[in-house]
Amino acid sequence: MSLLDYFRSSKKNTASTAKERLQIIVAHERKRRNGPDYLPQLERDILEVIRKYVDIPADQIAVSLEQRGDQISVLELNVTFPDDKR
Amino acid sequence: MAKIIVVTSGKGGVGKTTSSAAIGTGLALAGHKTVIVDFDIGLRNLDLIMGCERRVVYDFVNVINGEANLKQTLIKDKRTDNLFILPASQTRDKDALTREGVEKVLNELAKDFDFIICDSPAGIESGAMMALYFADEAVVVTNPEVSSVRDSDRILGMLSSKSRRAEQGLEGIKEHLLLTRYNPERVEKGEMLSVEDVKEILAIELVGVIPESQAVLNASNSGQPVILDKDSDAGQAYLDTIKRLLGEQVPFRFLNVEKKGFIKRIFGG
Repeated sequence: MSLLDYFRSSKKNTASTAKERLQIIVAHERKRRNGPDYLPQLERDILEVIRKYVDIPADQIAVSLEQRGDQISVLELNVTFPDDKR
Repeated sequence: MAKIIVVTSGKGGVGKTTSSAAIGTGLALAGHKTVIVDFDIGLRNLDLIMGCERRVVYDFVNVINGEANLKQTLIKDKRTDNLFILPASQTRDKDALTREGVEKVLNELAKDFDFIICDSPAGIESGAMMALYFADEAVVVTNPEVSSVRDSDRILGMLSSKSRRAEQGLEGIKEHLLLTRYNPERVEKGEMLSVEDVKEILAIELVGVIPESQAVLNASNSGQPVILDKDSDAGQAYLDTIKRLLGEQVPFRFLNVEKKGFIKRIFGG
């Protein structure tokens, strides 16, 4: 085994990659599961409206509804615009 | 009062039917009158795993439709006392199970049995929903693999929102994690999610860990629930699982790589 291999083998193993990916997707899906049914449609509609003006890919928009206390829900909209278009 | 336990997973091929057969047999061995109900309409397989495929005369849908009664339909297991099987129908009509029909049959079974094991089909279609709807407890069968863990989480969501207990505002379904096809060698090498990883992600109580084992295929080949193969690792792991399901505290086995002794290393085995 060369010295280079030694350093390579110290990189992350696939099980920990699997765990990280799962933690992210499961958290995302749980949030959605607990959210109202209209949220995915709302997300699509907002995306369509923005697309009328700016050409952005579908994964550049994130909509989430967060419950803060009993009284307030915050609708968070996160859109990443491409650099070349304004 | 009968306890209804659904064996479910979302993903197919993770070991639901193998586990249903083992759990049902194990509960019967422990002296509880048990029936295993195959909910996989159109793809009946529990009968094969239990080795009673040639004794099926009537099925679940026949009972629902009033074409046969339970007494005619239930298959009494030849090896284990107190154990019965209610086979699924091979009809292609996916809507053959109605909620009213299933409820009627389960209520009737509940009069006679201590445990009703519902072997769920894969997926989240009506058959799987029907299998979990009336459950008091759920055994969520999961492989240490990304798609299986994700699907199990999905099913956990269904258990807590789409079940009778959820709809009627009763105490929630008791959820148990059953990790199957576990390979300690690969976990040690960092190639497979560990028990702790899966527990952390799904955040439910662990009821059993079944090692990946040649005994499982041997058992299904011969139509004998693997729990009856008491010398095998998988059989013993299922026996431990049954004790935990019944409330006993049992240490987990087969989680670590077995260190081969000197003699074994030389002569193999």
